[in-house]
Amino acid sequence: MIDATDRALIVATQGGLPLVARPYHAIAEQLGIPAEEVMCRLQAMLASGVIRRIGAVPNHYAIGWTANGMTVWDVDDAVVDELGARIGGLDFVTHCYRRPRARPTWPYNLFAMVHGASRDECAAKAAEIRGLLGAACRGSDILYSTRILKKSGLRIGS
Amino acid sequence: MPELSPLDRQILATLQGDFPICERPYAEAAGRLGISEDELLTRLQQLLADKVLTRFGPMFQIEEMGGAFVLAALAVPEVRYDEVTAMVNALPQVAHNYRREHALNMWFVLATETKAGMAEAIARIEQETGLPVYAFPKEREFFVEMKLEARA
Repeated sequence: MIDATDRALIVATQGGLPLVARPYHAIAEQLGIPAEEVMCRLQAMLASGVIRRIGAVPNHYAIGWTANGMTVWDVDDAVVDELGARIGGLDFVTHCYRRPRARPTWPYNLFAMVHGASRDECAAKAAEIRGLLGAACRGSDILYSTRILKKSGLRIGS
Repeated sequence: MPELSPLDRQILATLQGDFPICERPYAEAAGRLGISEDELLTRLQQLLADKVLTRFGPMFQIEEMGGAFVLAALAVPEVRYDEVTAMVNALPQVAHNYRREHALNMWFVLATETKAGMAEAIARIEQETGLPVYAFPKEREFFVEMKLEARA
């Protein structure tokens, strides 16, 4: 869990780190706490998983990944976790989750994101997933993104 | 799409994580790349301005701080698509939003600081848009690591 100072630190950095030589000192000054404390708290949040990582967040379209497919699968509940772990282990899958179905509109319970420079590339990756799922797969689809409508990341209020 | 230099590609390949926490982190990261601190700061500024990067900084996991994170979708009538996009994007709880090809044609991620906040955000979207929200909270996470190197 986080305290009020951690929360203030999240609000101060969720839009990005200052692009100055001593960014943690700049944040410390803004929050009125010592720079050492800023760095210790960030380190602790990294260790606890509140911060997943620190670095560059690319727009994947702009770096050549123009085909982005959300592959979705209707997988037998008895084996979905075992198969989900194997699909999550594929090197080209960037996100893999089990989620609830919403029948009749949505029969799919396994989601895996794949990316490529073309839809053919995504389709080939989906075929590989299909092969792993075998007889446990009762239906599937690929939902390609055609536009980023928003990509701001987390924003909590100050 | 802006042309990426070999240095830009190197930055993308090495700086999607592990940014140092120390007094002069850009200097340290620049050292790994064999360039100067100023050069790295200038490139990052340019990559952000060109929208090659959407952000440079920490990525948070709101669930680890007591909040909630839900993938949700709407089936938006085409004639209302822009209007509904504006309504949905206006909520600060909407972290990402993508148009996708399907009857459920708008897919967004809601991130709220509290579990109760999630129900409120969903109710608000339903009320404002008049459309049912399909919520797909994760039941199990098998893998998440969105680190893609530059292509093409």
